[in-house]
Amino acid sequence: MMHIKILDQAFEPYAQLQGYQASLSAEARGFGATSVFVGTMRDFNQGVQVQRMVLEHYPGMTEKELSRIASEAEQKWEILDGLILHRVGEITPPDSIVLVAIWSRHRLDAFEACRYIMEALKSRAPFWKKEALDTGERWLDKNTAGYK
Amino acid sequence: MHIFMTIQVRFFASLREQIGIADTQLEASAALTVIQVWQQTTGQSTLPANILMAVNMDYVAAEQPVADGDEVAFFPPVTGG
Repeated sequence: MMHIKILDQAFEPYAQLQGYQASLSAEARGFGATSVFVGTMRDFNQGVQVQRMVLEHYPGMTEKELSRIASEAEQKWEILDGLILHRVGEITPPDSIVLVAIWSRHRLDAFEACRYIMEALKSRAPFWKKEALDTGERWLDKNTAGYK
Repeated sequence: MHIFMTIQVRFFASLREQIGIADTQLEASAALTVIQVWQQTTGQSTLPANILMAVNMDYVAAEQPVADGDEVAFFPPVTGG
């Protein structure tokens, strides 16, 4: 059972990872592979400077969709544990936006599950970014494709 | 009119700003689908391209029927992560 949390305050991804790994169950501590993805806010996007952004979400559906994505990954790969964290609210560079971490016995499960969860989150989890630029605000219209 | 059902309707992000509504309640006297909820709350006959829809926080298609007490949401493509 993965842990999923929406955070409205800045978080330090590596401290979160360390804390979560220290709390793994006895069975999950038999992991041999950990795959981690951290998404970070940049101060530059689509050719212009970005001062800050607001990340809106649909409370309730966000958690429901992320749980569904996590279950899909658990059915496809052998996962011992997982951690999904996502920021909402006002964010400034270089804050972390998202963390996905998977603990498994072998690397294939960790790599593939982490990638799957991240790509599904990008296309299905109901979050929206509105960037504040020097010239005003803009909503991002869509996420770029992750798989080529 | 005889109220047959009450639906909670929500709009998010850029769509909320365009429509000018975040949350509203729709009272209906007959069965409705999601597209009809859209039409009755926005006054617009067609859905904008790429709009996503959910009923009770599950993705659905526009033809999905809704039931009394359902929460229907409309929003633009998601941009998290």
